Amino acid sequence: MTQSIVVQVGQCGNQVGCRFWDLALREHANVNKMGEYDEALGSFFRNVDSRNRACGVGGRIQHLKARAVLVDMEEGVVNEILQGPLGEVFDSTQLLTDVAVGHMTYGSCYWEQIVDTLRKAAEHCDCLQCFFLIHSMGGGTGSGLGTRVLSLLEEEFPEVCRIVTSVYPSAEDDVITSPYNSVLAMKELTEHADCVIPVENQSLVDIVSKIKHMSDGGMPGRVIKRDSTIISGEGGLSGAEKPFDAMNNIVANLLLNITSSARFEGSLNMDLNEIAMNLVPFPRLHYLVPSLTPLYTLADVSIPTRRLDQMFSDAFSKDHQLFRCDPKNSLYLACALMVRGNVQVSDLRRNIERLRPSLPFVSWNQEGWKTGLCSVPPVGHSHALLALANNTCVKSRFMELRESFTKLYRKKAHLHHYLNVEGMEQRSFSEALNSLSSLIEEYDHLDATKGKLMRDAARLSIAR
Amino acid sequence: MSVVTVQLGQCGNQVAHQLFDTVCSDAQDGQRKTYCTASTERFFRRSSQGDLVARAVLIDMEPKVINHCMNEAAHSGRWSYGDTSHFSQKQGSGNNWANGYCVHGPRHKEVVEELVRREVERCDRLAGLMAMMSVAGGTGSGVGTFVTQGLRDIYPKSFILNHLTWPYETGEVIVQNYNSMLTLAHLYQLSDAILVHENDTVHRICSQLLNIKHISFSDINKLIAHQLGSVLQPALTADSHGGYSRNPLGELVCALACHPEYKLLSVCTIPQMPSASIAYSTFSWPALLKHLRQMLISNSKMEEGIDWQARPPAASERSRSLTGANTSLANLLILRGKDVYSAETGGFEDPGLYTPWLSSGEALNLWKSPVPFNKYEKSATVVSNSRALLRPLDHMVRKAWNMFASRAYIHQYVKFGISEEDFLDSFTSLEQVISSYSQLC
Ligand SMILES: Nc1nc2c(ncn2[C@@H]2O[C@H](COP(=O)(O)OP(=O)(O)OP(=O)(O)O)[C@@H](O)[C@H]2O)c(=O)[nH]1
Ligand SMILES: Nc1nc2c(ncn2[C@@H]2O[C@H](COP(=O)(O)OP(=O)(O)O)[C@@H](O)[C@H]2O)c(=O)[nH]1
Ligand SMILES: [Mg+2]
Ligand SMILES: [Mg+2]
Repeated sequence: MTQSIVVQVGQCGNQVGCRFWDLALREHANVNKMGEYDEALGSFFRNVDSRNRACGVGGRIQHLKARAVLVDMEEGVVNEILQGPLGEVFDSTQLLTDVAVGHMTYGSCYWEQIVDTLRKAAEHCDCLQCFFLIHSMGGGTGSGLGTRVLSLLEEEFPEVCRIVTSVYPSAEDDVITSPYNSVLAMKELTEHADCVIPVENQSLVDIVSKIKHMSDGGMPGRVIKRDSTIISGEGGLSGAEKPFDAMNNIVANLLLNITSSARFEGSLNMDLNEIAMNLVPFPRLHYLVPSLTPLYTLADVSIPTRRLDQMFSDAFSKDHQLFRCDPKNSLYLACALMVRGNVQVSDLRRNIERLRPSLPFVSWNQEGWKTGLCSVPPVGHSHALLALANNTCVKSRFMELRESFTKLYRKKAHLHHYLNVEGMEQRSFSEALNSLSSLIEEYDHLDATKGKLMRDAARLSIAR
Repeated sequence: MSVVTVQLGQCGNQVAHQLFDTVCSDAQDGQRKTYCTASTERFFRRSSQGDLVARAVLIDMEPKVINHCMNEAAHSGRWSYGDTSHFSQKQGSGNNWANGYCVHGPRHKEVVEELVRREVERCDRLAGLMAMMSVAGGTGSGVGTFVTQGLRDIYPKSFILNHLTWPYETGEVIVQNYNSMLTLAHLYQLSDAILVHENDTVHRICSQLLNIKHISFSDINKLIAHQLGSVLQPALTADSHGGYSRNPLGELVCALACHPEYKLLSVCTIPQMPSASIAYSTFSWPALLKHLRQMLISNSKMEEGIDWQARPPAASERSRSLTGANTSLANLLILRGKDVYSAETGGFEDPGLYTPWLSSGEALNLWKSPVPFNKYEKSATVVSNSRALLRPLDHMVRKAWNMFASRAYIHQYVKFGISEEDFLDSFTSLEQVISSYSQLC
């Protein structure tokens, strides 16, 4: 089996990453009752003995070490992780913090250290398949250093797939310069990622409050199992919840579901390298809108077909989307359904047939569905579904971003903070803006084909 | 004589595993020594402990499916796979034909061919090779094509049959039409015959005839294995002089794939019903054959929903399009079970079923076995080289061509060394196949 490395950058990246590791441990503990270090565990964890020597697959679990690289420019978050209950799964050498250095400095010893740590992490893998980068678009470190690390990964490991989870700021974000950060980062994401899974804080907030509302004032007979909500960390190592934890658990579940088919058995496996292959028809258009279901399960355990079908419908409703946009009124380029639990191919066929008529697909990909069946469900559920949609609807969100960027940029507001940094020039700003505009235009071109009756391309003719 | 099976990719491994299981339990059911011996020799060898070991090589670029198949077989208690007859890597071909064909295939050529050679050397006499795979993924399709090519070079005179699983038309791998197209275009140059099962059709049979509510891949594979088994299990043929035929692949190819432009074979079997009902049902040969004949003519793979209006044209009618009937180049009819020698098969000799170039005596071949197959008291299967696959093939090429017109996903193939030119070549050769089958009337 293959291995993946998580690179978590900045406050957001590290806090989300931390929830991922906690829930990943919980998931494997739940599946792997014998305490054996198996292939599935090996995909995200190393097993080492007390003298930090690697122990192979098949033996007992001794000390699990996350295949992670933690990067931040402040010490706060990373130190907190290290002192918390999860501290043990990280090696001090995997943590990289440096307060002093600006994000564009090449060749500094901090940069060298990052390169070095990534190489070491890669050496621990016998078949490295994927890097998962987690960062925010709003903050300085996540967006700036995070995307620099991304292009470094492309240079150093061109064969290894790069899947980025990017947390987009909500409209009233605490970081004033977040539009600058986001647009500058977008250019890097468009050019250097294989796939980007955008997640929006506002959507996470909405989901959390909806679940809280339901579990507090639930109707009689519709009791929600507390430990099965997607925001719950129950059964994990961490104790008291911190402010972002509920939101971050959603993103952590997203990552667990994306990787489940690569870790566990199934009757239709979906490996990580199949994601980009199926969902990215043109290299720059690789933004995949995620939706997760169920967000909670009801306490009674029997699942009629109706409720299974509901799960598929929910995946196409706005309140299960982790990114604010309107896919049904835009154009699907491709869509993946990644299913976990006791679900069969007939359930997939039935639901695809049912949903298809209401979902507009681009003319040359009318049957643009990719499906995966993994037999191991998430903890506390009997089944789950993650949908990833490559849809032109992301365009509208990118236009909003461009607008708030231009608002600041027109006044040259806060620009000096950036231009003081070595290597940053005003040109970077206009280039980033152009890159975003041309991305929006590419989506526009595809959108323009929507609703038009496209005739089949004239076939090759054969001399008889 | 023995058949060596090469099972490739997730689908190929899962389907082939089921085939061995079906064939093994069918052979061991009841007291039919000659039949059992013939079947066993065909598909299995004996380990030093005397246990049955499948004459198979398992190949996948990821380990999970192979591990699963090996374990399942070992736990069956009836047969197993050879301990060292498998090859897997850690990372799949990612649904990319180019990755399988240009990267994984060449990289592991030696190992894979050595495994096959070892299995071939364990046969007293080799009937031929059967490569089983799906066309939609990356490993079965890409590595499968590359391996078939290598085997063709090593065994230029042996029969090579490819068994292909075609994907659900409404998508499950988004680039499935590209992968299918590239696979078919290449295999057409290499393989002696290509036997196809469409997942859509098999799924419909599971749902409508077997009444399965939650259809799993395991159900689908059982049905494919049933149909394949009914073709490949021992039978008496025209050339077999009263004993069981020795070379199922060779005779199959000779019966059906006599012309290099026509290699696509489809299968229909009757009856197919829920296993609980089999014991309570009786069948008559005339009724079975009447249905099967109409399934062939109307090109429906199930006895339900047959178009009874479709009929072969009478000698005076020149155009077939009016009667809506399928046209065959050749058919192979296989009957198994009770009173098989009394079955009247004249309906399949009707010249109206065939193209005028061949006499119906040449176009129809008949295999029989008095041994009931897989619990059915009587069963009939027709393997047909006809226009049956024209429509799905045409859809596949049309969809791939539309996608190609926008150049969508092409960069993923170029990355591994398949150019637009290569795509065009494959499109051209499949348009040729489509044109040939369209002219069959
Ligand atoms: N009938 C049947 N079809 C299957 C089965 N498993 C997969 N498929 C079909 O096979 C196609 C996908 O190809 P796979 O066999 O999974 O791919 P692969 O050859 O392993 O190649 P990669 O995974 O891309 O490296 C789809 O059309 C599936 O519907 C099975 O057990 N039975
Ligand atoms: N979902 C989520 N968003 C966060 C978290 N921490 C910070 N953010 C968001 O990230 C952005 C700020 O970036 P941050 O990660 O703090 O800055 P950095 O450390 O400089 O990368 C803002 O949009 C915050 O709302 C978190 O733990 N979870
Ligand atoms: Mg697959
Ligand atoms: Mg596979």
